[in-house]
Amino acid sequence: MTAPSRSDVIVIGAGIVGAACARALAREGLRVVVLDADFAGGGTTAAGMGHLVIMDDSPEQLALTALSMESWRELRSTLPVEVEYDACGTIWVAEDREQRDAVANKQAAYREHGIESEVLDAEGLYAIEPNLRSGLAGGLLVPGDAVIYPPRAALALLDDARRHGAILREGCRVDAIVDNGVRAGNEVLYADIVVNAAGAASAALTPELPIVPRKGHLAITDRYPDFCRHQLVELGYLTSAHVMTSDSVAFNVQPRATGQVLIGSSRELVGWDRSTNHVVLKQMLDRALQFMPSLSRLNIIRTWTGFRPATPDKLPLIGAWTPTRGLYVATGHEGLGITTSLGTARLLTDLVVGRMPSIDAAAYAPTRVLTSVSAGL
Amino acid sequence: MNAPTSVTIRVDGRSLRVAEGTTVAAALLNDGWLEFRRSVSGESRTPLCGMGICHECRVIINDVEHQRACLVTVSEGLRVTTSAATP
Repeated sequence: MTAPSRSDVIVIGAGIVGAACARALAREGLRVVVLDADFAGGGTTAAGMGHLVIMDDSPEQLALTALSMESWRELRSTLPVEVEYDACGTIWVAEDREQRDAVANKQAAYREHGIESEVLDAEGLYAIEPNLRSGLAGGLLVPGDAVIYPPRAALALLDDARRHGAILREGCRVDAIVDNGVRAGNEVLYADIVVNAAGAASAALTPELPIVPRKGHLAITDRYPDFCRHQLVELGYLTSAHVMTSDSVAFNVQPRATGQVLIGSSRELVGWDRSTNHVVLKQMLDRALQFMPSLSRLNIIRTWTGFRPATPDKLPLIGAWTPTRGLYVATGHEGLGITTSLGTARLLTDLVVGRMPSIDAAAYAPTRVLTSVSAGL
Repeated sequence: MNAPTSVTIRVDGRSLRVAEGTTVAAALLNDGWLEFRRSVSGESRTPLCGMGICHECRVIINDVEHQRACLVTVSEGLRVTTSAATP
């Protein structure tokens, strides 16, 4: 199918963020064309864990993840079974008393957004996750969190966009963004609005975007049904994820619908080198074994790496990019893009059609980057 | 020539006498066993390569899941669980 020479919106990138934006914009009645250099859902979207999670690293992150989870729950019943939506919940695991006492603050912040959570003591923790090592202090169970299979979710969002008239063109690499359009090979495509949703690659098209690829490793095991039942994350994860300057690993395991166990996570800044770093992979697996020693009897069948689109202030860039006419950006979601894709799409669509967004959009405004550049920060 | 020494293993709870030195895969196949496990989509699976590469012959051995039957040699009292005995 050929795209009309002029559409209302061009979305660059058919990852989960681009797919969600395309869907929301198409549902507004706009004529949307989605371009992907490769194939839909094949980049960072295919490399991540697929955790739908409330995160409270900052109030803005909490607001966006809460808005997004609301949208995921609304969407859930319409998603095909292949999306593997599993409302398994998250347990933030506390290693010691200090960490467990601190979850009260986390619980209070969640409660303000109407998010249910339950403090677990050690006994409560082992009752539901017996494979965790002994000597842990407990944790915080967030029952509303979930797990999905992200590439399939991206396709489901794109299918919905297409039912609302959107056109997807895969294998179409955008070389440059121009005023009200893009150049792709010999073609120039025009639209009133262009959305740069190219994730880790978005800075290649809009060079002022301070987005760097933050590499991660994952490992997946064979099928061991019920080895764990919740997404398990160490409370130290937030610290690990927040520090940009050094490599880090954190304990994070996830039960998949297939019975497989997905093991993460690592963070490195090494440019676009996608080779497996066996030192980091070992650190990551050692960390997992510290929390779940019996992981050692499970066979790992595959490991891989991917690149998170990271921003310096740990918040995505969503909204108008004023230096270029007609350009919006929806990128920089780092490791949270699967969760926040839907909230991003809502926010972006509200901004595009001129509606008041349900959460304050200022914190995510891409132009904050321009301000910090001109202020010499 | 002496007859080979035999050992008793248990397959899905049933006793089976087999010659020492036999692999679990050979022991089951000699006994007429076809389905070792089921694939994700529920298809029957049986040993293919016999040398540890294809992973088609995985069974539970002594409560450890995903053991390749073609790489494990029988021993007295060894317990094998196939897909016939798992939900």
